[in-house]
Amino acid sequence: MRKSLMRGALRGLPILAGLLMLSGCDAVLFDPKGPIGESEKSLILTATYLMLVVVIPVIFMTLWFAWRYRDTKQSKATYTPNWAHSTKIEIVVWGIPCLIILALGILTWKSTHELDPRAEIVDGGEPIEVQVVSMDWKWLFIYPEQGIATVNELAMPVDRQVRFHITSDTVMNSFFVPQLGSQIYAMAGMENRLHLIGSEVGTYDGISASYSGAGFADMHFKAHVMSEGDFDAWIEKARGSSKVLDDAGLAALKEPSEDVAPTFYGQVKPNLYEQIMAPYMDGMELGMSDDQMRHMKKGGMHHDSAEDGMSDHDASGHAESAMATEE
Amino acid sequence: MLGKLTIEAVPYHEPIIMIVLAAVILGGAALVGFITVKKKWAYLWNEWFTSVDHKKIGMMYIIVALVMLIRGFSDAIMMRSQQMLASSGGQGYLPPDHYDQIFTAHGVIMIFFVAMPLVIGLINVVVPLQIGARDVAFPFLNSLSFWLFVVGALLVNISLGLGEFAKTGWLAYPPLSGANYSPGVGVDYWIWSLQISGVGTLLTGVNFIATILKMRAPGMSLMKMPVFTWTALCANVLIVAAFPILTATIAMLTLDRYLDFHFFTNDLGGNMMMYVNLIWAWGHPEVYILVLPVFGVFSEVIATFSKKKLFGYTSLVWATLVITVLSFIVWLHHYFTMGAGADVNAFFGIATMIISIPTGVKIFNWLFTMYRGRVEMTSPVLWTLGFIVTFTIGGMTGVLLAVPGANYVLHNSLFLIAHFHNVIIGGVVFGAMAGITYWFPKATGFMLCEKWGKRSFWFWITGFYLAFMPLYILGFMGMTRRLQHVDNPLWVPYLVVAFIGAVLILIGIACTVIQIAVSIKNRKQLQDTTGDIWGGRTLEWSTTSPAPFYNFAHEPQVSELDEFWEMKERGIEQEAKKPYAPIHMPRNAAAGVIISAFSLVFGFALIWHIWWMAVVGLVGMIATFIVRSFNYDIDYYVSVEEVERVEREGRERRALPSARTPNDTVVQG
Amino acid sequence: MANNAMTSHDGAHDAHDDHEHHDTNGLKVFGFWLYLLSDCILFAMLFAVYVVLSQAYAGGPTGAEIFELNFVLVETALLLASSFTYGLAMLGMNRGDSSAVIKWLMITFACGAGFIAMEIYEFYHLIVNGQGPDKSAFLSAFFTLVGTHGLHVTAGLIWMALLIFQVKKKGLTEVHRGRLMMLSLFWHFLDVIWICVFTVVYLTGVML
Repeated sequence: MRKSLMRGALRGLPILAGLLMLSGCDAVLFDPKGPIGESEKSLILTATYLMLVVVIPVIFMTLWFAWRYRDTKQSKATYTPNWAHSTKIEIVVWGIPCLIILALGILTWKSTHELDPRAEIVDGGEPIEVQVVSMDWKWLFIYPEQGIATVNELAMPVDRQVRFHITSDTVMNSFFVPQLGSQIYAMAGMENRLHLIGSEVGTYDGISASYSGAGFADMHFKAHVMSEGDFDAWIEKARGSSKVLDDAGLAALKEPSEDVAPTFYGQVKPNLYEQIMAPYMDGMELGMSDDQMRHMKKGGMHHDSAEDGMSDHDASGHAESAMATEE
Repeated sequence: MLGKLTIEAVPYHEPIIMIVLAAVILGGAALVGFITVKKKWAYLWNEWFTSVDHKKIGMMYIIVALVMLIRGFSDAIMMRSQQMLASSGGQGYLPPDHYDQIFTAHGVIMIFFVAMPLVIGLINVVVPLQIGARDVAFPFLNSLSFWLFVVGALLVNISLGLGEFAKTGWLAYPPLSGANYSPGVGVDYWIWSLQISGVGTLLTGVNFIATILKMRAPGMSLMKMPVFTWTALCANVLIVAAFPILTATIAMLTLDRYLDFHFFTNDLGGNMMMYVNLIWAWGHPEVYILVLPVFGVFSEVIATFSKKKLFGYTSLVWATLVITVLSFIVWLHHYFTMGAGADVNAFFGIATMIISIPTGVKIFNWLFTMYRGRVEMTSPVLWTLGFIVTFTIGGMTGVLLAVPGANYVLHNSLFLIAHFHNVIIGGVVFGAMAGITYWFPKATGFMLCEKWGKRSFWFWITGFYLAFMPLYILGFMGMTRRLQHVDNPLWVPYLVVAFIGAVLILIGIACTVIQIAVSIKNRKQLQDTTGDIWGGRTLEWSTTSPAPFYNFAHEPQVSELDEFWEMKERGIEQEAKKPYAPIHMPRNAAAGVIISAFSLVFGFALIWHIWWMAVVGLVGMIATFIVRSFNYDIDYYVSVEEVERVEREGRERRALPSARTPNDTVVQG
Repeated sequence: MANNAMTSHDGAHDAHDDHEHHDTNGLKVFGFWLYLLSDCILFAMLFAVYVVLSQAYAGGPTGAEIFELNFVLVETALLLASSFTYGLAMLGMNRGDSSAVIKWLMITFACGAGFIAMEIYEFYHLIVNGQGPDKSAFLSAFFTLVGTHGLHVTAGLIWMALLIFQVKKKGLTEVHRGRLMMLSLFWHFLDVIWICVFTVVYLTGVML
């Protein structure tokens, strides 16, 4: 029996090793580069410690009781075969978890509101607007205020929040830069908003965190957090590109492609993001306010005639009559 | 004529698949040949396939589950090896087209065709015996349920050789699973295998609720039911409440794909978020359907082998009921990152955490059952101890994931994968192994070899930790799930360790296979002639091993919890002195097999768009059902002479040596 | 094995008949209630989906444009009447009057078949007018919710025809009584669902 208990302790080794490995390894979630990521890391740690209050005693009790009360001839342990109830124990085993969950619950309520992706980051500065479109199998980033766009490369000025407007031109994806913080789904015909901020200059990996097909594994991009000066220079570099993201450029992007190298577009057709969303928005109100809906639809309407190969129905006709029925 | 089906459907340019297919066909042919040569077809048909006996049906569920475990685990080891090899520029040996089917099939098979049948199989074998009944409420439906499940498993396996499987993940989210983005037959295989076996599961739910609520032995009030029966009742309530959601959701996806409807399409007003909500409104109760019964298994096992009354029966029952109800209000925690508002996310997060309270209570109840007991370290107890430790860790990571803020960075990462394998393997698999070992002698008349059982346990638990602890770390390192290849060299060492863990689990599975083979070979030495090999506490141990086909010659009279234990304490005679009466039993039924065979034709035809064949399948199903309704000779009475003969044989058996008796603490084999 | 233990105790069978089969029917009806609960949830999901998609017109027709309330009123009257006539059939069964049962079942069948015929007519016309379920999410949800109910009614009609035939042939045996009770529950259940459909789909659709 001693042998089996030793092996039991041996079981714990991988866990211990795991925890040790954590301290020295490249766990990006524990090395956040922005306040959102920081909050999320501390949340993970706090919740873990609170639960270890129960988990460690439970594991200990399991191994200890099994060993102490194991059935051997020389066992001197007390044996009470009919003892099956104790109000005191019931109070403790219901009560302590209740208290821990109460604490966690309060923490959850507060942190969920604080970390609401839609909420602007307090003291985050003037937000940079970036429109994000997940495509097969790359990420399109449009900077509407700067009039440029990129594929698979993101730049952000340090200490300044970025407001991401996220949608999809294909199936569901999830926009995620682990070292900066929260991810959020990209879905066609809908916009999710996410605010992130980088507090340290550097380059961080970005991925899609929701499987979307054959080229999914290569759907990564780099997020560069840089000084304001470098950011302006990066914008200028993008502007210098001769590529134009007009209808033809968009049509080319809509073709499935994998492992796409970072690409820059010096000019972007106005309201291209709205144009991308429009065909998917027939009659779907969810995910945005009425104002946003109308704004999207307006943008969609003006450019529908230029669409080809998007869907086999008349997008402009539908957008118009859809608006008519709503208003 | 044959719809979309052509010879091109056979993946003859994929060597791995062709080799597997050859092995399966050859192996299958060998099995069929063996049965034919031994002239066992009549035996199989009469004694097993058309049986409506819950014990046989339960055993068949478990046999199929173990076979499917081999396929599901092959998928797992392919995934681990592919990710280990396809790193830093390499492409591994599984292109995305193949890999994406493998991870989808792995999830579908493990949940629907391994975990579910293991649990339902145990419930089938045990519950009627535990409540003192002679069979379930609707034995014919029980047979039908089993064969519909088999058809579902068959369809998934057929997809390997004809066509492809879905490449969408195990829940087939649209629009990826829609006709536009998945034009092949893969998602259709997914649809029909789940839809057909889902009907079977729903019927099982109806069957067991009726059985447990209406067919308990006189005197067995609800609060005198064994805990395993309680958990089975709650799991079946969840089935009846949750499976219609799955049926409806898959039906809507089917309409989108086949008839160009727009429930979940990107255009014309479809809403993919609704699919996510619906599928998880089913999906969350589903995992409780899996885990509640294994909580029951552990309760029975730990009380028996601690030779002590189960601690806190009342609070265990209430905890189970609370978990059952709560499991319906937490589903959104599977997609906190879809963009619901903070109020909604926080509500579901907190509701999810609350479930950990009754679950924790159960764990303490099991621990205090061991406390001041005399715990015998049999393999079921090892599985139980392994479960308590492992499931506690998994539960902790679950509560962690339930905090939306944490979830935003952990969702869909390998941390998530590690969490749910932690609770499903630590919970459902370990529980199934414990339950199978525990009740095997009752079902077959001989016990499983303990030596190989313990070896299996050690390989499983060591393998599990090696395979999944690195995945927790990889989640913290930013690795997401379902990647056909990885580009971060820092991740590779962890993937190697995970692969080694998977190999250890493979050895564990091999140990179980060997265990079964060795036990069958040595069944004489391992025989249980007492009927109560472990010193059990509940009614199933009052019968012979195996139990007579009618379970009880006399309807048991129950006066307390752990009735059988109390009977033994009082020294009640095992032999019944009252005269026997004819026993009302259901006849065998071929209709379950036939209806299911037609459903296979139906499903296969719909997958390949062979419309005339689909009509044949549908008409066949309905016609068979109608023909059965004209069969009024569906039950009979077992004569008193027959009962006397069976009971006498049982008494004679008790005189034979037994591998162990209730008072043994040294385990043979 | 069970089958070998054939018995010639048909006499004993009859003696136990009433007691056993009363219990059996009670058990069957209870099980059927459980099935109906699951069906209720199925319909609840279809209702929920309908409500979510009820404004997703995609530039196509709205409810007000395609629902004809007078037509639906006749359909409803047929179905409600059929529930009443089924009730009369059950009263006949309780009296042991098999010819009354058959008569009222046939009338019920006619009403139910009329309901289905009208529904098929409604669907057919919508589809040929380019207002089929493939035209918008709203239409998909409408056709599915109403159509699923129709499919259930059709299954009930097949069951009913079968029972009419069986009662004609063998009379009001215990087994047949059990089946009549279950079909009764099924039929009334579908009536209740239709009331909800009528309200949530047609009335609300026309009002909005």
